[in-house]
Amino acid sequence: MHIDLAVVWAAIIGLGVFIYVALDGFDLGIGLLFPFVEDKAERQTMLNTVAPVWDGNETFLVLGGAGLYGAFPVVYATLLPANYLPLILMVIGLIFRGAAFEVRAKANRTQRLWDLAFVAGSALAAFCQGVVLGSLLQGIRIVDGRFAGGPFDWLSPFSVFCGMGVLITYATLGCGWLILKTDGELQRTMRWLMRPLTAALLVMIALVSLWTSWGLPAVATRWFGSGHLALFLLVPVLVVACVFGIFRGLRLEQQLTPFLLTLALCFLGFTGLVISIWPNIVPPSLTIWEASSSPQSQWFGLVGTMVTLPVILVYNALQYRVFRGKVREGDTGYH
Amino acid sequence: MNMFDALHLARLQFAFTISAHIIFPAISIGMASFLAVLEWRWLRTGDHAYKEMFVFWSKIFAIGFGLGVVSGVVMAFEIGANWSGFASVAGSITGPLLTYEVLTAFFLEAGFLGVMLFGWERVSPRAHFFATLMVAAGTLASTFWILSSNSFMQTPQGYGIENGHIVPLDWIKVIFNPSFPYRLAHMTIAAFIVAGFLVAACGAWHLLAGRRDEAVKRSFSMALWILLALAPIQILVGDAHGLNTRKYQPAKIAAIEGLWRTEKGGTALNLVGLPDMEAEATRYAIQVPHLGSLILTHSWDGEIRGLKEFAPEDRPYSPIVFWSFRVMAGLGMLMLATAGLGLWLRRGNRLYEARWFQRLVLCMGPSGIVALLAGWVTTEVGRQPWTVYGVLRTADAVSSVNAQQVGVSLLVLVVVYCLVFGSGIFYMLRLMARGPQHSEQVRTTDHPALGNRALLQSFK
Repeated sequence: MHIDLAVVWAAIIGLGVFIYVALDGFDLGIGLLFPFVEDKAERQTMLNTVAPVWDGNETFLVLGGAGLYGAFPVVYATLLPANYLPLILMVIGLIFRGAAFEVRAKANRTQRLWDLAFVAGSALAAFCQGVVLGSLLQGIRIVDGRFAGGPFDWLSPFSVFCGMGVLITYATLGCGWLILKTDGELQRTMRWLMRPLTAALLVMIALVSLWTSWGLPAVATRWFGSGHLALFLLVPVLVVACVFGIFRGLRLEQQLTPFLLTLALCFLGFTGLVISIWPNIVPPSLTIWEASSSPQSQWFGLVGTMVTLPVILVYNALQYRVFRGKVREGDTGYH
Repeated sequence: MNMFDALHLARLQFAFTISAHIIFPAISIGMASFLAVLEWRWLRTGDHAYKEMFVFWSKIFAIGFGLGVVSGVVMAFEIGANWSGFASVAGSITGPLLTYEVLTAFFLEAGFLGVMLFGWERVSPRAHFFATLMVAAGTLASTFWILSSNSFMQTPQGYGIENGHIVPLDWIKVIFNPSFPYRLAHMTIAAFIVAGFLVAACGAWHLLAGRRDEAVKRSFSMALWILLALAPIQILVGDAHGLNTRKYQPAKIAAIEGLWRTEKGGTALNLVGLPDMEAEATRYAIQVPHLGSLILTHSWDGEIRGLKEFAPEDRPYSPIVFWSFRVMAGLGMLMLATAGLGLWLRRGNRLYEARWFQRLVLCMGPSGIVALLAGWVTTEVGRQPWTVYGVLRTADAVSSVNAQQVGVSLLVLVVVYCLVFGSGIFYMLRLMARGPQHSEQVRTTDHPALGNRALLQSFK
């Protein structure tokens, strides 16, 4: 039996990136929602909902990075130099945010500053991730396996727009998460915020789709010229269905539905992205096969991944189970 | 040579970020195992002082771990952004090793850390202990993979070259390359020593301040026992590591010793001196005859190759490694002396009363960290001018990014690190200055990320 290692690895990395977006998306989103909540105790409750899981969530980013480095080193060596500044800014955002988690409650006089660091760090990280995504979609100049563009190639109206899109996506995810994990006044605030956020998200998805299919001919060919249009069109139809489901869930005061359907929206957006670039890994021309490391490397990494990834998913899920249920203000059982 | 070209700025940036980074994992590695021991003792004896110590040190661990995670992410990106030559040439080897580290270590730590820190009342004590063990195992697994990767860069084997790329031929040989066992042992023990001196110094601080409760005394005493066992082992392991380096990276040894000519009939040791790369000599050297041969070959007149045997472009920069090595080795001797003095003071129960000794231990608090950094500087600068020893030169490993980008990001990182890690360390020290709390207080003082200040204030 012939196994196409490059496809398997692309699927693993895709899974890692998607899990990352879904999980770190909601905890970055909490940082984005901080400005909408004034009350100190409520802010602490918001942090408490993710305190036990946030660095597990961030580990999926490292998995995506390490997987890329191991299986497609050429991508690593071109995508990263091409997005030098946004990536540096992203990690700086993550530094501020991560440190704020640990020291915020320890600080007295500077707590306000740490709140600011948490909000700004989350926003910077989310925005830069969107910019990198946008720059990937618009294509990266590669000559002889090396990045051959300028230091500001990533900057375009489209990439900035994608940055804003990711901000809204994460804020919506965070909002859905908080509806699930909190109750009382805080939950009411989040229900109230969820409507405009979902609407904005829908608009963003629509605009990015139109922009890519008009502005980037290669993407249009992938969607309209591949003969799978009927199948592909399922994606936008499901997007609209999810948005309706979220509004319905909000009206019926459901706890879990808004969050799950926001995750589904992310999944659909991700599917759309894969349709747009496949089988390239760095548009416009680098395919997953050209970018692959040696087969020995891909095999070695695959063996480890196949053994450990299921176990990892199980105990990460277990951790969520241990900390299931609503988080309340001053929860004494929650050290 | 321009010191401010992209290559040198990228090196400076990596040296800066990795030095800031390694402090935190070292604390986490040592502290995680210490926590596992504390919880095990608590479960076995039911003695509440162990629980107090666990709760206290787990807060320090949590800050160190969080800062380690975020500072580690920076380097993963630097490898691609600044060192794309390295990423694409050696990615087939170092990439999968890093993937294994993420899969077997990072997830294990992150997946159980939440339960360990916040799960006391949600899981049974045994399940909690299991979580602590998994976190400790994760830190050690991480050490295993990252040192394997680093050691491959120092002493590569089991690879071939295809189209200018390093490809793995035999993974067992790649992972268990010649310098790996020594470097792994040396680093793991170093991490335990880092944590040991932090715990001991914290104990000393509170003893000096007059506290004599069980948690403080026991922290001080346990740490000194651990250091007494580890300091001599570390010196033996370091010695074995030196022999290994002489065999596989002779130029590094020559640079460390400031040795220029290969001498017949026994090599002297330069105790101190100023190596001069231009003049190819070590100035103002104070020498001890035959000691170099004794240390590095374990024989009276063993031969050590001098730097002049290597082409000038293949020589590591001796002035740095000469001194960084002496800082590390000197601190090692001081550590041994400190731990030995502790043993001597236990006779007649003077350990908790000898203030001069407590001041000494307090001053030695950061010695583990300083020695660790000095050791890494020695081995990494000593590897130059190679990134993968003998295979890929550092000049070919750097990305084709321009100097402005690297320089600006370096400046930004320096500012951010001072701000963020500076305050992280400040809060760690403040926690340590507060010391372990008694059980009533333990319950109301939450973990740093969860301390609910509003709630606390309503109690006061």
